[in-house]
Amino acid sequence: MKLSELFGIAWEGISRNKLRALLTMLGVIIGVAAVIIMIAISAGTEATIAENIQNLGTNLLFVTQSMGPQMVSRNAGMNMTFLSYDDAKAISDSISGVSGVVVERDISELIKYGKTSIDGLSVVGTTPSYPQVRDVDQASGRFITQNDIDNSAKVVVLGYNTAQTLFGNTDPVGEKIYVGDVKLTVVGVMDKKGVVGNTDYDERVYIPLTLVFDKYTFSPFARVQGNMVGTILVQVANMDDMENVITQIQILLAKRHETTMDELPFTVRTQEDIIATQESTTAAFRDLLAWVAGVSLVVGGIGIMNIMLVSVTERTREIGIRQATGATPGDIRGQFLTEALLLSLTGGLIGVIVGVGGAWLFYYAGDMRTVVLPSSIILAFVSAAIVGIFFGFYPANMAAQLDPIEALRHE
Amino acid sequence: MSDPSLIELDQISKIYQMGNVQVTALDGISLNVKAGEFLAIMGPSGSGKSTLMNILGCLDRPTSGIYLLDGEDVSRMSREQLARIRNRKIGFIFQSYNLLAQATALQNVLMPIVYRRNGHISTKDRMELAHHALCSVGLVDRDHHKPTEMSGGQQQRVAIARALINSPALVLADEPTGNLDSHSGLEIMEILQNLHSQGRTIVMITHDARNAEFAGRVIHLQDGKIGEDNHQAVMSKPSEAGILS
Repeated sequence: MKLSELFGIAWEGISRNKLRALLTMLGVIIGVAAVIIMIAISAGTEATIAENIQNLGTNLLFVTQSMGPQMVSRNAGMNMTFLSYDDAKAISDSISGVSGVVVERDISELIKYGKTSIDGLSVVGTTPSYPQVRDVDQASGRFITQNDIDNSAKVVVLGYNTAQTLFGNTDPVGEKIYVGDVKLTVVGVMDKKGVVGNTDYDERVYIPLTLVFDKYTFSPFARVQGNMVGTILVQVANMDDMENVITQIQILLAKRHETTMDELPFTVRTQEDIIATQESTTAAFRDLLAWVAGVSLVVGGIGIMNIMLVSVTERTREIGIRQATGATPGDIRGQFLTEALLLSLTGGLIGVIVGVGGAWLFYYAGDMRTVVLPSSIILAFVSAAIVGIFFGFYPANMAAQLDPIEALRHE
Repeated sequence: MSDPSLIELDQISKIYQMGNVQVTALDGISLNVKAGEFLAIMGPSGSGKSTLMNILGCLDRPTSGIYLLDGEDVSRMSREQLARIRNRKIGFIFQSYNLLAQATALQNVLMPIVYRRNGHISTKDRMELAHHALCSVGLVDRDHHKPTEMSGGQQQRVAIARALINSPALVLADEPTGNLDSHSGLEIMEILQNLHSQGRTIVMITHDARNAEFAGRVIHLQDGKIGEDNHQAVMSKPSEAGILS
């Protein structure tokens, strides 16, 4: 018996009851769609991570305040427990093997130029090594200089998109904009970099770090916080030196903040550590979808089995006729297996379409990067086929074992 | 030169186990049917004619005894082998036609070819074959009609065309006119008689004595045994006045 004939007979069986077939396929559709979306999300995350490793800059260490009991220790209230600009300077000056230190302090302000304004824009107070360490190119003008830092100069450097929003295609260098209540002169625009991790590098502006301390920190807090900074980024010249530099930074900070290395209220992490944290958040979501996929496929399989059992009962007489005209048990089994397979594969095909659409929706509406891999489509198809064969086997076997005399007598 | 035996039954018994009771449906039947014979099996219900039919049609196996069909011992064959024998050597004609309701006449006729193992036939040749089979039973321009769009007589003709498509050694008819009015029934019997005259071997179960008159030989079953075995002169126009009236 030719395969095309087998599929022809099976297709006829299914098309006799289209709505029922569609409902039967629902479980497989959801399962396959979940498989594809799941893999698309994890592939998207991996792609983002790969880009992050490239785009974060290379050989970076992140020194950050760590949450914990140390925060409220005996030194609480004094600026010594907070990471300060002076710490950054000390790291830059006294630790060997460091090729660049950048301090970032993020605040959120309203930006205004003429009638155009952007609310809640990320304003980054930073230092001159920023473009080198963060690997962002200059599009026009210049970046913040040491001179700007020393004088708390009222200058601002715009991210690419922010410049576009405010000035369109005209060069903004020399123009003045309001950042919060302070009027600043635009001295440069950074080139496109895009979104890395959760940060959109093009939707932000940069000002001298010292300007943040002077103009954007409420004075009551300023006294307490001192020159508090959020993150100190340290670029290490040589990859092999990383561990060594981490230890040196920890010793230096412990000494400066008069504490021990064990009680150090700061963490020094590599970019891999940070990426690992990002990964674990998406992993939880991915695991959930994997469960949905698995359960749906099993439920879908049971649905197929159920409908095939009904089909075998309904078509007992047909089976008898086929047996009388020479269909072997194998032929009958093949017919119903093919039918189950066709159901699950059609469900799989619809599932692929839904899955690809869903992945797109996640990207478009859910702000989650997704990459639909061709291999995931194959995987989804294969799992649908396995479900069809596995759950179709019992009903098909039941049909094959029917006694032709009984089957022919069946009304 | 006498025709060789197509069917040789030797001491065929069929015993059903119904709970604790054993029911003997066939009790040591021995029967020879030569190729080209037209045999009618008659008998009251419960006499075992259906059981005999099922065994002759390789739908069932005897409890004991030997059944040689066309020289092959089919009494101990597996279900798989029996299916192949049915496909190549037997054509069934049922009382209730047993056509697939959703399939066209042509598709119904093609079914035995689909399950054929050897001798692949191209799709075009199959269509031609099925079409000719339908024409030969007097169904012209009915290829794409479904059973529900045809009369009982027409449906039974489709069933006959299906039974003949694989050129079987044996045609088995089980009350072929049972669901038909006398006029259509006669037409069907004439087709069978015509087949017989072309050399087909036909075994027919019937309770209708008028149908039995078409057969060259009639056996009567009684309680699972052969009561009478009468060879009669083959009537080319059996009791015309009686049936055609």
